[in-house]
Amino acid sequence: MPEFTINGEKRDVDVPSDMPLLWMLRDVLGMTGTKFGCGIAQCGACTVHLDGVAVRSCQLPVGRVGNRAITTIEGIGNTSAGAKIQKAWIDLEVIQCGYCQPGQIMSAAALLAGNPAPDDADIDAAMAGNLCRCGTYVRIREGIKHAARS
Amino acid sequence: MPPAPEAAAGLSRRSILSGGGAFAAGLLIAIELPWAAARAATASAPEPVPTGQRFNAFIHIAPDDRVTFTLPAVEMGQGVYTSQSQCIAEELDVALDKVVAAHAPPDQANYGSPVFVVQATGGSTTTMAWSAPLRRAGATARALLVAAAAARLRVDPASLSTENGVITHGPSGRSLRYGEVADAASRLKPPTEVALKDPGRFRLIGKPVHRIDTPDKAIGKTVYGIDVILPGMKFATLRSSPVLGGKVGNVDQAPALAVPGVKQVIVLDDLVAVVADNTWSAMQGLNALAIDWAPGANAGLDQATLWSDLEKASQGPGAVAKKEGDALAKLKDGTLFEASYELPYLAHAPMEMTNCTVHVQGGACEVWTGTQVPGFAQAGAAKALGITPDKVTINNHLIGGGFGRRLEVDGVIKAVRIAAKVDGPLKVIWSREEDIRQQLYRPLYHERLKARLENGRITAWHHRVTGGSVLAHWLPPAFKDGVDSDAVDGAAEVPYAVGDRLVEFVRHESAVPVAFWRGVGPNGSIFAIECFMDLIARKTGVDPLAFRRGLLEKNARALGVLNLAADKAGWGTPAPSLPSGARRGRGIALMNAFGSYLAAVADVAVSDEGDVNVTRLVIAADVGKVINPDILQAQIQGGAVFGLSAVLFGKITFAGGAVEQGNFNDYRILRIDEMPAIEVHIVPSTENSGGIGEPGTVVTQPAVANAVYAATGVQLTRMPIDRALIAKGA
Ligand code: FES
Ligand code: FES
Repeated sequence: MPEFTINGEKRDVDVPSDMPLLWMLRDVLGMTGTKFGCGIAQCGACTVHLDGVAVRSCQLPVGRVGNRAITTIEGIGNTSAGAKIQKAWIDLEVIQCGYCQPGQIMSAAALLAGNPAPDDADIDAAMAGNLCRCGTYVRIREGIKHAARS
Repeated sequence: MPPAPEAAAGLSRRSILSGGGAFAAGLLIAIELPWAAARAATASAPEPVPTGQRFNAFIHIAPDDRVTFTLPAVEMGQGVYTSQSQCIAEELDVALDKVVAAHAPPDQANYGSPVFVVQATGGSTTTMAWSAPLRRAGATARALLVAAAAARLRVDPASLSTENGVITHGPSGRSLRYGEVADAASRLKPPTEVALKDPGRFRLIGKPVHRIDTPDKAIGKTVYGIDVILPGMKFATLRSSPVLGGKVGNVDQAPALAVPGVKQVIVLDDLVAVVADNTWSAMQGLNALAIDWAPGANAGLDQATLWSDLEKASQGPGAVAKKEGDALAKLKDGTLFEASYELPYLAHAPMEMTNCTVHVQGGACEVWTGTQVPGFAQAGAAKALGITPDKVTINNHLIGGGFGRRLEVDGVIKAVRIAAKVDGPLKVIWSREEDIRQQLYRPLYHERLKARLENGRITAWHHRVTGGSVLAHWLPPAFKDGVDSDAVDGAAEVPYAVGDRLVEFVRHESAVPVAFWRGVGPNGSIFAIECFMDLIARKTGVDPLAFRRGLLEKNARALGVLNLAADKAGWGTPAPSLPSGARRGRGIALMNAFGSYLAAVADVAVSDEGDVNVTRLVIAADVGKVINPDILQAQIQGGAVFGLSAVLFGKITFAGGAVEQGNFNDYRILRIDEMPAIEVHIVPSTENSGGIGEPGTVVTQPAVANAVYAATGVQLTRMPIDRALIAKGA
């Protein structure tokens, strides 16, 4: 049975290798923090990290995860960048309905981990794949800068 | 104007209704409905004596001091769980971080909206509808707790004070926690009169307190409807006839059943669903099917016909929504202006797509979903199953974006029909494509305007709104005398002095089902009026700001926001330098609807190819008294982004009876790298609270359209912006 490392824990999960990671997390493991938004790599709601790199789990068959470590919204608070982003999101009240926000936070945490002082262009480049229908973009931008300063 | 009187009557149904005097005109449909009379009549029944520790429909205090608020308006991102809790907690004197919010069950008597009468969250009405009743509920519960404590301590209630869930007797220093007297207090008869706090003593109302739903949302812990997991649950996805109203012809189930994990294929007359062990298998199974559809009567429906049929209908006649003087006579001669503006069908596309979990068994049904209308969901499920509503339990959830989509229960009904064929609980998830193609849309609107100008002033005005009626299907008794009061909201009353006026509505239905959509009727009516104002101003060589000011001399609030937005945006100074070659322009717009006044100034850059880049948006808002200024800012920003997506990209079109768009690649919404800087300036106000969720959407669209007009000299009359029409040399 394939073994996955998810948020630092080893999990044996028996799923077909072509199942996207999104559905293994949500339906098989019950980790519903990671969201389904489009299924075609347009919205970023399904963003998780593989070895710290933000990827769209709706497009990633579990067979291609290999031995890379999976981090989800449920575990990102254990990283320094993730904790800073989550705190900034609360301090600045970035979140409205919240449905897109696990994906936003995962993308923002990956950005901050690799770039401690992102400017507007860096933020645009890293976050343009994450849609927010509630329109929280102004505060997402402020939130990332706030986290970078913290 | 002084603040509204803060002393208020008790919690009777009558007092909630009589609060209607405080509601903004135009939104007050409640008192015209037959239910309102029935409801007022029941108010004369004696108040039931509460039992246990439940003080009223909204407040429960446990012996261990846990405070639970059951909140009538549903949280879908707009912050109302926090703002409603602020109202109760302010009067109850408890800290917000001690409060647990509970979803209200379907219960018309207790949670029916004072504005809509039905139990519904929408129309930017929560604050105006619920602030007073919830404050009274909090004050009443506090009075009962104080009375119980006074009896326990054998002191005069007037000698007791409350703070943070503790009742203190100053002279003796003795105190009791709410939990200690909750049981006794909840058995007392509620007073008929309670005094509400003086605003000078507010700790929560009017303050930018943190939202109560944010911490869980930031760590992925919030359970939306789509996240429900039940023991033994199966997963399904569905496909309905792509052509409106079509039926399933033939389908060979075998290819789906061959997919690992697929358990069952369900074929109903209008849809096919695949049930599996997980969503992925269900999707694979559905994709494996070759479904023959019987497209039916709408197979020939296309967008060009939808537009031209609407235009024909807009020739009139219309039902009169407003008539003052004799506009038509005055519009026979003189200096006349005439224009029509056309607004497309739009999908809501909330990030959480339609979904619903259902368990049908033993003649009963349990539903887990996020809905803006729990009572409609219950009634819809019951009807689909042929059972009585009391056999249907609705478990509501936080909603991943509503925007009007969850004011409809088509998804609940389809899920119930599917789940009725399945043993055990079933979660039905719409794909994004299914969500966009199978919903109810913002109506196609044709807005026809005519005005007479004399000495720079408008002396006659005719506005005819043509489109499908949302109210006629959503709340039939509210559709009266041929007028949809939502469709003409923003048109029937205008902030400007326009002389004699006639405002009409022509109901024109097509096969396309229609729904409320963030900004509702004013999205069409105010868009048209604001574009028309710019048309007249530019045709007569007058500055659009100056032209509007001349029509607003008697409207201080409207003038106030208009001047503030213009001032902050630097109206009259050149727009900031932009990419070379781009044409730049600045546009202004005003809106008065939902009891609020907003003005917006947009700066745009238009490329040679006709691409529009909105570079800055300045909004001024006077929304009356504010419960939470931080949520207000967020709602106006978010509403503006919703409006930007609509004006720049938004359209649903039909070909061969089917929706042509399907996902975010062809139904575009704004991305962060396309975002302008947005400034929101709030005018402090003691006027009655207006709505805040929708005005930003309404005012942004004409501001951008007017900026494009300024940049290109072309006024576009059909939305969204068509780049081909504003490309250089077009
Ligand atoms: S669900 Fe994966 S990108 Fe939208
Ligand atoms: S917060 Fe609602 S979609 Fe982003």
